[in-house]
Order: sequence, then C-alpha cells, then structure tokens
Amino acid sequence: MLDSTPKEFIERSGGVINPAKTCQPIGAMYAALGIHNCLPHSHGSQGCCSYHRMHLARHFREPAMATTSSFTEGASVFGGGANLKTAIKNVFAIYNPDVMAVHTTCLSETIGDDISTIIKGTEVPEGKLVIHANTPSYQGSHITGFSNMTKGMVSYLAEATLAAKKEQVNIIPGFVNPGDMREIKRLTNLMGINLIMFPDTSGVLDSPMTGRFVMYPKGGVKVEELRDTGNSKLTVALGTYASSDAANLLERKCKVPAVTLKTPIGVKATDEFLMALRQSFIKEVPYQLEEERGQLVDIMVDTHYHFHGKRVAIFGDPDIITGLTEFVLSLGMKPVYVLTGTPGGTVGGPQGIFEKEIASMLDEAGIEGKVKAAGDLFRLHQWIKNEPVDLLIGNTYGKYIARAEDIPFVRVGFPILDRSMHPYLPVVGYKGAMRLLELIGNALLDRADRDAGDEDFELVM
Amino acid sequence: MAVDEKVLEEILNSYPAKVKRTRKKHILLRDSSLDRQEIEANTRTIPGIMTNRGCAFAGCKGVVLGPIKDMVHIVHGPIGCAYYSWLTRRNKAIPEEPGKNYLTYCVSTDMQESDIVFGGEKKLARMIDEVVEIFKPNAITISATCPVGLIGDDIQAVARAARQKHGLSITAYNCEGYKGVSQSAGHHIANNGLLEWIVGQGDWEEPPGKYTINMLGEYNIGGDSWEVERVLKELGYHVQATLTGNGSYEDIKNAHVAELNLVQCHRSINYIADMLEKKYGTPWLKVNFIGIRATCESLRNMALYFGDEDLIRRTEEVIARELAEIEPQLEPYRKICAGKTTFCFVGGSRGHHYQGLYEEIGIQTTLAGYEFAHRDDYEGREVIPDIKPDADSKNIPELHVVPDERRYRPKLSRERTEELKDKIPLSNYQGMNITMKDGSLIVDDMNHYETEEFIRTLKPDIFSSGIKDKYVPHKMGLPSKQLHNYDYSGPYAGFRGAVNFARDISMSFATPTWNFIDPPWKSRPLLEGTIEKPSQEGEA
Repeated sequence: MLDSTPKEFIERSGGVINPAKTCQPIGAMYAALGIHNCLPHSHGSQGCCSYHRMHLARHFREPAMATTSSFTEGASVFGGGANLKTAIKNVFAIYNPDVMAVHTTCLSETIGDDISTIIKGTEVPEGKLVIHANTPSYQGSHITGFSNMTKGMVSYLAEATLAAKKEQVNIIPGFVNPGDMREIKRLTNLMGINLIMFPDTSGVLDSPMTGRFVMYPKGGVKVEELRDTGNSKLTVALGTYASSDAANLLERKCKVPAVTLKTPIGVKATDEFLMALRQSFIKEVPYQLEEERGQLVDIMVDTHYHFHGKRVAIFGDPDIITGLTEFVLSLGMKPVYVLTGTPGGTVGGPQGIFEKEIASMLDEAGIEGKVKAAGDLFRLHQWIKNEPVDLLIGNTYGKYIARAEDIPFVRVGFPILDRSMHPYLPVVGYKGAMRLLELIGNALLDRADRDAGDEDFELVM
Repeated sequence: MAVDEKVLEEILNSYPAKVKRTRKKHILLRDSSLDRQEIEANTRTIPGIMTNRGCAFAGCKGVVLGPIKDMVHIVHGPIGCAYYSWLTRRNKAIPEEPGKNYLTYCVSTDMQESDIVFGGEKKLARMIDEVVEIFKPNAITISATCPVGLIGDDIQAVARAARQKHGLSITAYNCEGYKGVSQSAGHHIANNGLLEWIVGQGDWEEPPGKYTINMLGEYNIGGDSWEVERVLKELGYHVQATLTGNGSYEDIKNAHVAELNLVQCHRSINYIADMLEKKYGTPWLKVNFIGIRATCESLRNMALYFGDEDLIRRTEEVIARELAEIEPQLEPYRKICAGKTTFCFVGGSRGHHYQGLYEEIGIQTTLAGYEFAHRDDYEGREVIPDIKPDADSKNIPELHVVPDERRYRPKLSRERTEELKDKIPLSNYQGMNITMKDGSLIVDDMNHYETEEFIRTLKPDIFSSGIKDKYVPHKMGLPSKQLHNYDYSGPYAGFRGAVNFARDISMSFATPTWNFIDPPWKSRPLLEGTIEKPSQEGEA
C-alpha cells in the first residue's frame, strides 16, 4: 500500500500528489443544495457536473440533483452564453425550481463568460430566480466554492428592509453535514433564539425514505428567509474559510454585525458559540445544555487515560480540523501533524492564517508539531513515516495511509465514501463531541485489543 | 404498462418544442418488423436537461488510461479532475513488479490562477521531473483538462522534451473536457495515443506462446477480468495485454504480437481494435463475458477462430464443468428473480451486455440505453459509413493507419476470414437493438426527467444505472443496481461472476429493509372504537 512513498523529502513545486482538497464548484453545488427548491447549475463541461454529483451522491447516499451547460468546443471558442440561456430556459420548463444557482468552472472562467450579464439578458419566468457565484477551480478549494456560493446568496438576496433589526440570528454553518446543521439549529433553538441558517442542507441531503421521489425535498433555507437575513441582529459565521466572507458581505451590505467563530467542535468551541449567542441576545444557557456539557466533561474526565499523550495526525478542511485540533488538545492528546489542502489564507488576501492559528494552539499546549496549509497527503504520509502517530483523523482518503502504516483511523470530514452514518450524526456541539469521543476511543481501544497478547487482553478498560 | 407511441408522445410533450424534437430522435420503440430503426446518438446534450454524461477527460484518463497500473498518470489542470478520477472506478490491479502500482496515487499540477495567466508548461515539466525522481515509473501519461487547451499550453512539446531528458515513455493526451460530446471523445483520444506511442514499442516479434490474445475494453471492475482470465488460462490462452484493467505498460507495448484481439467494451476500445487490424493484420472478435450464454458463446467463438480441434473439445469440457458448478448455485436466486423486469441504462456496452445475464436469472429488460454510445453500438457497425461527421466529432483526430512494414502479418487467409465471418462476430459488432424484444424502449443519453417518467410508466422491478441516478429509484421504493461499479461488489463477469450477480440482485429484492417504508401510524387511525347506539333510556 502506497509503497512508492519514500521517507526522504524532496523539494516539490510541480503540483500536488494525493490532494487534501478538491475544486471550488463542488462546494458551490453543495451550498446551493442548501436553498429550498433550488437546482444547482454547473456552467462548464458536462464532466464537472457529473463528477460533483457523483461525489456528493457517494458521500451522502442521496440524489444530488444538478444540471450543466454541456460545453462543447464551439462554446469554448465562442463563449458559453448561448448554452447558459438555453439551460435557464430548459431548467425552468422541465425541472421547475424556485431558484437556479449557477456556478462557474475553470473552463467558463478561463474564457471569461460574464454570468451576470448573461443572466440579465435571459428571460426568467415570473417569480423565479437565477443567482450565481464565480468559482474558478484554479483558486482556493471546495471550501472557497462553498464560501463563494454562500456569498452569492447574500449579494443576490439579502435586504435590509426594516428600520430596526429583528431579534434573530443568521448562522452560516460552513461545509458541514446536514446532521451538524441540525445540531447547530437545535442548540440555537434551545437558547430560545430565532435563527436563519444558510445554507441549510438538512432535509435535503438527509431526506427520509418515503417511497416517493421528490425533486426538491422539504429542507433548505427559503428565499424569503435569505432576503430577511438583512434584517437580523447578528450573523454568526462558523468557520473562517467557509463562512466568514458571506457574513462580512452581509455586514457591509445590510449593516448586520458579523462574528466569526470556530466550527463548534469540542467543548471550547461549543462554549464559545453558546456564549456568543448568550451575550448578544441576553439569553441564559438552559439547563438542558448545561447537563449535556456536564455529561461530556464527565466522560472526558472518566476516560482521559484512553487519550492522554497519544500522538495524532489530522487532515481535512481548515474549519473542521481547527475545531478537531482544539478538541483533541482538550483531551490531552498531541496533534503533531495538522494539514489541509486548502490554502491557509484568503483569496487575494493575507496568507498563513491557518498555520498561525493552529501553531498558537500547539504552542499553548507546549506541543511541537507540523502544520501545513495547501499541503497534500503525500507530505502527511512522509511526516508519519518519519515520526509515527497513534491515530489518524481525516476523510476517507486517509484509509490508505492508515493501512500502509498500520495506524488506527477515524473518519471525520468530507468526503466519507466508505461508511454511512456521517451525514446524520453530528460532530458539532456537546453531543457531537461525545460522538467524536466514541469514534476516537473505539479506534484506539480496538487497536489495543487487537495488539494485546492473551495475557494482557482485558475485560475492563 | 407498456409504452406505445401515444404514451411516449405524452411524456415528450412536457418538453419545450425544441427539446422534444431533439429527444424524440434519441428514443426508439423496438419493432423488429421494420427494416432498420435509426437512432440519434453521439450528438450534443441539450444544456440544462440533467444528463448522466461526463466529459472527454473522464473517458481518456478516467476510463482508458487510468487503469494502467505501472504508469504514473499526471493530470495537468486545476485540482478537481485529478481528484475525482482518483480511485473512484474500482479498476483493480495487482502489481507485476513489486511496488509498481501507482493507482493509489493522484498526481495533479494543481494549476493556480498564475498558471492560467502565464501558462503551466514549466510547472508540468517540474511535475514530470519530480514524478521520475520519486516513483521511477516505467512510463508516464499526461492528460489535459479544460483550461490547458484554452490557454494554449503545449503538452505535446513538454512531453517530447521530457522523453529526451529522462529516456522514458512520456506521452500526452489532449483530452480537454469540452472535446466531443461525452466521455466517448476521450476514449478515442486515448486509443489513438496508445496505438501511436505505446503498442508496438516493445521488441517482441513473435507471440510468447500458442493462442496469444489481447483483451481489449475490459477494465477489471470488481475483478471481472481475473474471473475471465481464470478460464482463459485454463484453456491455454495467453493473455498478452489487457486494455486496460490490471493492464501494464510493459504488456501493452508488446501487444502487437497477439494473434487475436478480443473486444469486450466495443464503444471505448473499437478504435484501437480496428487500428491493430490495419497495422498488424490481427482481426478482432466481439466477445461478451457478461452472462452465462454469452460467455459460452464467446469461448466457443474463440476456439473456432483458432480452429484447433483439441481447443474446441477442451472448451466444451470446461464449459460443461463450469455450468455444472454454477447452475445449482443459481437456482435459489432464479426463484426470487423470476418474472421481474429491469431497466438497463449504462455507459457504452453494459447496457447491452447485462440484458442477457438478467434474462438468465428470469428478469426481462424493458428499457435499455447507453450514456455515450454511437449509432453503431445500437444499430451495428454496418451503419458506420452512414454516420455523418459533425462539428463535434470532427474535432477528434482520426489516425491514418497503414500496415506496419515489418510486422504486418495477416493472421487469417482471405477465404478463412470470409468463412469465419459467417459464423462468428469477427471484426464486427451487430449492436444492441437486434437483441431487444419488440415493444421495449431504447433510450440514448436518458436524462433525469425521462428516467422518472419511464419508471412511472413501465414500473420496472429494479433499475440499473450509475451512482448519479441510483438514489432516485431508491426513494421511490425501487431497488437500484449500479452497473458501472457494481455497488462495490463483483466480479460479475464469467461463470462465477454470474452467481455473484444473481446473489446481489436477489439480495436487493429480498432485503427486509423495504418493508419499513410506511410507518404503522399511516395505515391505522389514531382513535379506534365503535359508536354505540344510544340507549332508549338516554333519549329524552
């Protein structure tokens, strides 16, 4: 397994080997599926749309409906305007969504199609909407694409129509699973605060089996809600990379103050999320949540010896692994390698933010580790080969490294293609942290059981 | 319910007029009384109609080149295309030289905005150098993604320079996603490159043994080719090269020595089969190792081609033994499947191949079609001269192949060729339509709307297609089988594969999980009781 990965590092500048990221459009497609009655549309070659639908359908085990502009060589030479106009007409005539959310691809970006102008020049049926986001695949990653489509929702739809802001919060959950979005909504509801979550793929990509196929399941943020985000008192962006751009745009556009927090993975990040809501809305944290928190901390204390001092490698999307790093630190573990494929800054803005944030967490815990943004799994594997770890946490692609190096592996993040409960069961909030404890604990203890001699094989651990 | 012209018309009436006109030509109601039923295929998909089709890159790197195990396949472009074609197709492989299996590696130049603006050739050259240093592969391919062609990166020049620098086979494929109208364009581009730059590069002049064959268009999904080779090896065939499942550069470069080329997936590999015949005088035989009868027939046709009495006799013995082994295993599954119907909408050839296997376990195909086929895959190769090239097909270069001066050797005399052509599909494919029952539907490039409507109308018992439409029927309570990647099972080819298939299909009917769709409270009222007749005394 991965036999050709050498221990020795060579300087590389030709690209990536075994990526820890993918391209913008899939993130845009995922975000667009979080609008109620929305059909994502990929403006490019058919292959893009096909690959993204394939990957989303595999991760969620749900239909991932989307259309494409089906570029041919002619469109690539003369521009894709005619294709998009035809697509808009056909999408509304055949699939009748309320919203068509167009994202671009490296093809349509390279030839410079001006999507706003094409949309403006196309007849859209009464009451229907076409929105768009520019998502060139040669910048950022799928997380950037998610962020850009979420920004598109704000720029097309958010409006400040009231003199005074409403007692409601906008929450941008970031590129997380529907189960995580449900959990974030549950926490907010328990705080007694009205919320608009956008995008919201719960009820879309975790829709129930009913014996009936519906093109647009019940979930997703509604267009009226998206308009109303401009009237909210606060926007909480969960995750710097997937969520903060849209929140900042909303602040500029509609004067809704924006606060960016970590994806609420683990005790500290969940505490911070609830505290932000508590202080902004002057609402006390209810006992139910205090009880959940207490239960979580109780288990952490009771089982700390399963975790303490274990060396961990974590890879995946920056917002998720920032939360994961903080959480494993709170268990006394040592996240010695933290790597994301996504560039660790903003497009056209400052770089190195990711490395700085993780490095300061490690510093505080007195841990020496390697942190890398815009990295790849080839590099992560080499680090592990040189100084092994006790546990690997990441998406499904990590299983090859885990097998090659014979290390326990916990699947968290996107995509997970070989297991099935991740869309439903959250990793955020106190409940999500309990689930992570179970996943990590089971992986470590199953390994201890496997490796123990008969004389050391324990009934109670 | 069957579909007739009227029902079909009603379904198509929901389309805008232009879409209806186009889509109508892609749909046939099979009628064997007609001399010829022409279908439109391999033409542009209409934007916005939710096709299942992919692109030229997917067909070239994803399908044809990607499975070659001892080559490092570099993708030149932004990250996505390399990422999505990394380990997603279940083309299995075992390395022949220790460590020389690069299928678990995804190598991308990960083009950034500056590369798009200033060109990516230098970055690609650096990536080649790094790949040579790290992996020391036997050969390297470079596949282009959309922006490469648009910004004018000359990947052929980069490959040429790298060949000289490293003394390795480093070849480049201009399979930008916008070329052609589907994956099919990419198959053609990959076929051209393999024939021009790789097949024949080996120095063998003679086949290494008797009955040396190549297996073309077999991708070893779920281990299919291993099950077929188990039987072929026992019969004494030497499989020189498989294109491309579990295939290797080392084997393919000597593929010119084969005495016969087998063609499994006609769509993706017929170009190279045809060109091998022109260049080396080696005919090809259309085989089908999906289904028991088809497997037996393919084995018999191969034996007949070589015409060796001993081989013919041993073929019958092996067939008899294999049938005796699998028939009893199939029986319980046939009981579960009997009388059911299916849709079979797959890529290039499986839409045809799986119908026979379905039939053998008692399941009729009421609708079939291909995602990216050409007219010849439906109507047979005799229509090829009638297919008019259009703007999209003209963009794919046709190689002009001439007989190899040194190595061209007709494997059969003209008389023998003519004699065999009457008996076996030698260098010929009759297409799918001829095997389909009257009244069944043939749909090219079926889209989501048609999928939903045809399921509603024809009510199949199981749906077979790929991952993008798998969960649509599931939501309707209808079993759905992925015939691109076998739902992570297999092999389904050959004799033992048929049993695996029957087991998996039966499982999708027999699973108790379908029984829980309706919650009990949907069928039972909240309040239960009887209304008693008021007593006489109660009345005032």
